[in-house]
Amino acid sequence: MASYPEHLQYSREHEWVDASSPAVVGVTSLAADALGDVVYLELPEVGAEVTAGTVVGEIESTKSVSELFSPVTGTVVEVNQAAIDDPAVVNADPFGEGWLFKVEVTALGELLDAKEYADLAE
Amino acid sequence: MNETPLDAEHRALGAAMTEFGGWLMPLRYTSDLAEHRAVREAAGLFDLSHMGEIHLEGPAAAAALDHALVGSAAGIAVGRAKYSMICAPDGSVLDDLIVYRLADQHFLVVANAGNAPLVARELVARAEGFDVVVTDRSAQTALIAVQGPAAEGIVTALVAKADADAVRALRYYASVQVTLHDGAPALVARTGYTGEDGFELFVANDDAVALWRAALAAGEEHGLVPAGLAARDSLRLEAGMPLYGHELDTTTTPYEAGLGRVVRLEKPEFVGREALAARAAAAPERVLVGLRGEGRRSARAGYDVVTPDGTRVGTVTSAAPSPTLGHPVAMAYVTPEASAEGTALAVDVRGRQEPFTVTALPFYRRQQA
Repeated sequence: MASYPEHLQYSREHEWVDASSPAVVGVTSLAADALGDVVYLELPEVGAEVTAGTVVGEIESTKSVSELFSPVTGTVVEVNQAAIDDPAVVNADPFGEGWLFKVEVTALGELLDAKEYADLAE
Repeated sequence: MNETPLDAEHRALGAAMTEFGGWLMPLRYTSDLAEHRAVREAAGLFDLSHMGEIHLEGPAAAAALDHALVGSAAGIAVGRAKYSMICAPDGSVLDDLIVYRLADQHFLVVANAGNAPLVARELVARAEGFDVVVTDRSAQTALIAVQGPAAEGIVTALVAKADADAVRALRYYASVQVTLHDGAPALVARTGYTGEDGFELFVANDDAVALWRAALAAGEEHGLVPAGLAARDSLRLEAGMPLYGHELDTTTTPYEAGLGRVVRLEKPEFVGREALAARAAAAPERVLVGLRGEGRRSARAGYDVVTPDGTRVGTVTSAAPSPTLGHPVAMAYVTPEASAEGTALAVDVRGRQEPFTVTALPFYRRQQA
């Protein structure tokens, strides 16, 4: 059974969010592996208001495309331009260099801890 | 669901598995892109044991195939192969095939996995009255492909020393019976579905694991990696090759797909001839074209193709971000008016129009050595 970083919280749509302010959001290794090689990211724009559990962008791989959900509600303050330029980083380091965007959080969505997410992933 | 004799090998290599044509097949081992690039630059190893192998043997084998298929079997020299199709009486495509002439009175028909049972049934029915025996050996036959510029060096290392020269001398779309190092017999064909030089090796199921492991070992120094169906699909798309169920199906004739050359109307009789002759003379309602994406977002099969003013002119059949070319590519059926090279079109990608330009197929052509 796979394990996931303990310091992160997870959505059922396979995004992660950390506890910093602004909060950093990305997709999990499980999502990245399931997608295959990520080749294109469409991320929300800086300044956009995002709502937890709603679609805020898309992640495209060689074989498929999937919607990107925000795990939190708030204002987008930064997007990862390096990941937009070279989306392979999402596969290589989904919990680190492959982060997607940062949010000034006003409310959290329904989130799981690492253990609960691992159970969901089973 | 069917499993190939290499199922345990795929799992041991950590492959993500997927259903395809009724078979559980490796989708990828590590990365679609890495596997794709390995085939373009070095070599990839594919399990194609899901494909169907149907043998026709007997004095009337060529005549039976000339009745059953749209191409000319009698015109294939012994040791050579031809791309062909089996059509319904209405001219629609039941499957696209490779026909190998193994001996004067012995042909091997390789069919797509999902269609193999139908093709076998049709060949049996259409061979009625001909002095020929039709045998579906799909379930007993494994097929392993080595594809890429390094393929020749790898495959020559897999066969007995006495057969290495025969492999080297093999021309494109030709085959030869060889003995592998462990004494197992194999049919080696210089064919493929990737746009690269490459070989396909037909062996008995019991010999498949040994050949697979030998190929991985012999290929290591050449940069060979196991490659899954995801890479196979993006490779064939770049090479402009049709995939049954996408560019070809029972609503399509060979002419719309730009493959009218495989239909030999000069044959006095074959199943579908009347309909295909009429079709050959008529103006096409839709044409298969290549589309080059001008942006970064890829189209997907089933998406609408539209003109810049939004008028729908066709449907995407296959699409991917091209790993080799670095931009999206697609194949699509469009109206003849929209099919000229250079025509600016768009694809409706989930509600947003992305610009695409009609481009000659194939998207990718290897440098001839």
